[in-house]
Amino acid sequence: MEKAPETNPVSPYFSRPTRREALVRLAGAGGVLLGAGAVSRAVWDRGGIGAAVSQHSGTTRDFRLKEGPADFAELAIAKGKADEAGKFPVVEELVRRAVDAVGGMKHFISRGDIVVVKPNIGWDRTPLHAANTNPEVVAAVVKLAYDAGAKLVRVADGSCNEANRCFQKSGIWTAAYDVGAEVILPAEHRYRTTRMKQEVLDEWPIFTPLVDADKVINVPIAKHHNLAKYTAAMKNWYGVLGGRRNRLHQNIDTSIADLATFMRPTLTIVDAIRVLMRNGPQGGNYDDAREMHTIIASIDQVAADAYGCTLIGQHRDNLPYLAMAHKRGIGTMYWENLKVREV
Amino acid sequence: MRPQVTPPSSLDLGRASSSTKKADSRHGHASTLLDVAAIEASAQEHRHSDAHARPIPWVTGRVGAVEALDVATPTLAPTQTPALVEPAPARRDPAAMALAERAATASLNAALGIDEHADFAAVPAGSVPVAGAPKAKPKKIDPKRPGSGIPARKSIQTLVWVRRFSQVFFFGLFMFFLLKTGFRGSFAANQGEAIRLPYPVEAFLLADPFVATMTVFSTHTVYRGLLWSVGLLALTLIFGRVFCGWICPFGTMHHFFAWIWPSNYGRGGSRVEANKTHGYQRVKYYLMYAFLLASLAGSAIGGLFDPICIAVRAIGLGVIPALQYGLGRGLSEVANVPVRPVQTVADKSQDFLATTVWQSHQFYFHQTWFILFLLIAVLFMNRFIPRFWCRVLCPLGSFLGVFARFALFGMEKDHAKCTDCNLCLVNCQGADSPQGGVKWRQDECHMCLNCETACPEDVIKFRFLPNRKSSIQKPDLQRRTLLATAAAGAASIPALRIADSLDANYHAKLVRPPGAVEERGFLERCIRCAECMKVCPNNALHPAFFEGGIEGLWTPILIARIGYCEHSCVLCGQVCPTGRFRKLRKIRSLAVECRRSRSVPPSTIMGAVYRGRCRLRALYAKSFARRRRRRFGWKKSRRKSVKRPLVPPVKRRR
Repeated sequence: MEKAPETNPVSPYFSRPTRREALVRLAGAGGVLLGAGAVSRAVWDRGGIGAAVSQHSGTTRDFRLKEGPADFAELAIAKGKADEAGKFPVVEELVRRAVDAVGGMKHFISRGDIVVVKPNIGWDRTPLHAANTNPEVVAAVVKLAYDAGAKLVRVADGSCNEANRCFQKSGIWTAAYDVGAEVILPAEHRYRTTRMKQEVLDEWPIFTPLVDADKVINVPIAKHHNLAKYTAAMKNWYGVLGGRRNRLHQNIDTSIADLATFMRPTLTIVDAIRVLMRNGPQGGNYDDAREMHTIIASIDQVAADAYGCTLIGQHRDNLPYLAMAHKRGIGTMYWENLKVREV
Repeated sequence: MRPQVTPPSSLDLGRASSSTKKADSRHGHASTLLDVAAIEASAQEHRHSDAHARPIPWVTGRVGAVEALDVATPTLAPTQTPALVEPAPARRDPAAMALAERAATASLNAALGIDEHADFAAVPAGSVPVAGAPKAKPKKIDPKRPGSGIPARKSIQTLVWVRRFSQVFFFGLFMFFLLKTGFRGSFAANQGEAIRLPYPVEAFLLADPFVATMTVFSTHTVYRGLLWSVGLLALTLIFGRVFCGWICPFGTMHHFFAWIWPSNYGRGGSRVEANKTHGYQRVKYYLMYAFLLASLAGSAIGGLFDPICIAVRAIGLGVIPALQYGLGRGLSEVANVPVRPVQTVADKSQDFLATTVWQSHQFYFHQTWFILFLLIAVLFMNRFIPRFWCRVLCPLGSFLGVFARFALFGMEKDHAKCTDCNLCLVNCQGADSPQGGVKWRQDECHMCLNCETACPEDVIKFRFLPNRKSSIQKPDLQRRTLLATAAAGAASIPALRIADSLDANYHAKLVRPPGAVEERGFLERCIRCAECMKVCPNNALHPAFFEGGIEGLWTPILIARIGYCEHSCVLCGQVCPTGRFRKLRKIRSLAVECRRSRSVPPSTIMGAVYRGRCRLRALYAKSFARRRRRRFGWKKSRRKSVKRPLVPPVKRRR
């Protein structure tokens, strides 16, 4: 027979819990407390983003060749000259000449590589406006990469204007598709927030198709920029960023240098077939662009910009981001010191 | 032979009016079955054409239940003693059933003056047949079917399936067009090609005669593609409201939700009751006339209630972005799982969704929660009143209902054969009184054909040029209510416009889409269909909340804080079904661009040839001259410049 529970003399309706019941209750409360503590510890962010940034140096995505340059040029300039009939050489030939001067595509790309070609597809403009990379240049680079044995060539950029319109109107979508490249348009889910830990770039969404590759070829267009005065290779890495990148323009020179520190391409091929001379970066007036029939190829993106700015009558001393990058050791702004070939 | 005493489920004369009730009590229940004299007497009393069936509750005053002369079998009649009740004939004995029906049909038909059905031509009309007369063609009996077990005609069974496929097809087509209402670009397009949508994504709106009529009333013109709505009108004139039952995507949604969402008290008898004709079904007619008068007064505000507009607006601005938000966040979380195959699957599905279902970035719409809430509310109403929207509110349905009276296709019923089983009502979509003893309501019927398939007694027949004795063609409306609501619709527009928002105190945020016509003209044309907001690639166009007053609810406004307007984009003008955007805009903006660049050097890029002056400039100069001429009345031609292709063929160039 079970023993009747002990009753409280104050009230017959009150009975004390048994020892077992009390232990179960205590164990329950203790378990919840321990669990909360364990979960909190597991997801504890000690100091937030700022603390993490200050502890480490900047991260990079380095796609350069490991071995030093052979006796190839480090900066090659292919200039198209008009023949007697007034015809200029086709773009593809200019690209091939420039790339061959820096060692040829086979020097840079190994068989089976996944190669990213990063043109400037920032604007809802036709090639005639010279705001985006010339589609023929892009197509020529893609072809060269495939000929050199690339497994897959991917063409991608994060546009400023509506991406579908930019890709279509720039002509790059068609041109790249026709030569067999995989064209990737920016979409929200293709961005991953990454800690870049640079001077002004702490943590940003990165357009992953551009960095998930074996080799990266930067194919910018040389053009005027109303804030940075002249932009091509280094500024082209803005296309890697997502988010509200317009706010980076408050400190545009530092952010360009930061990006160039983060992204180290295998090769830089600057399109100066048609150069936007003023009202950059978006242009919009055919008269602002001038035919130059020039392709610059270099393994040094700083030197490519330092040389390229002379095309629109700028001087490297006027471009603070070049000096910053030079100081950080990303490349040299004194392009004359490199092995230069004009072909 | 049919037994002399009524089995509980068999035909009987009911209690439609007080006089028949009296007769009922006088003669006793059992003997009234085939009492020709009583029927004749009641027919004498009601000389009104539809007196033998006064089903309409708002006429009889018994709202909520439709009663008729020859339905309502009392199961516990006081005069009925157990001794008198013989067992019903074996349910599966077709011969006995057929003979019993023959007898009942013929005598009652004769009494009511209804001609014999063509199928029973063997029995001469008007004569009382000999019991046991041979049936013309015995039908195959389906043992699973209730009642006599006579199956519906093969053609009707097929048509019901055709209808289901048609509903799925048109809903799919609608969703396809809706998903294609957005610019996704193409690798196949040349850089010089104008940016256009490849499909006529606004097709459902163009075929909408209610929209067409509203804009005809407000602008006095039929705008371009709206001429297609005549086709839908023609369909209605032949088949009745087949649009509602077979085509309408919003109707299909309601059909679906009324099917999967009946509440516990929406089954069985209460479901049958809910599917009878009710007085509230007239509301849609009053609404429709009010909207038409409002558009006559200068505002196409009826688009707020147009089902196609609602479907585009609610799905395009609410459901799709919400799904994108939820699925996008979910799949991003899945993509963070550190397992390669899982990441790949998540990424691939995100790629697929971003390139086919929605666009590459999240779309936001101004105060769209309200649109979504109303959609859910109106879908939820199906729990209480099946197809609430279609029966009670839809102005397009009522517009088609007005024209359904001329339809060549329709139902005829053999009331006498009806056993009052109410199976026809179980899945009735339009609440159009398919049951025996009452008149079929052609203006309410969605032509879903469920009733004929369900009917086990061969009562209901859909056919061309049917006998109209057992149907009412035109909507049953009260003239005073009609006049009052129509007048209210007309008066509402001046009442809304003397509020300050339109003329005196224009809201600073009421920025209309680029190329929009002047505000009054805009309100005359805008049907709030949200096509322009859905298509805007930059998410710049949004439904106004109350920025433009109540009249401006859900008209498009441009909110530049969310997205900017790409000035070379004309997609909002392309998809607008009612033409509230000027079409010259693209030509003008390009021409301005070209005028600045007279000195373009000859160049060839990617195979496209650009030589000398822009051809668009010449085109612009021409069209401008034509407009000038028109202004001074030299030439009366209209819209020629609009119809000209954007880039004229090369031979037209100077």
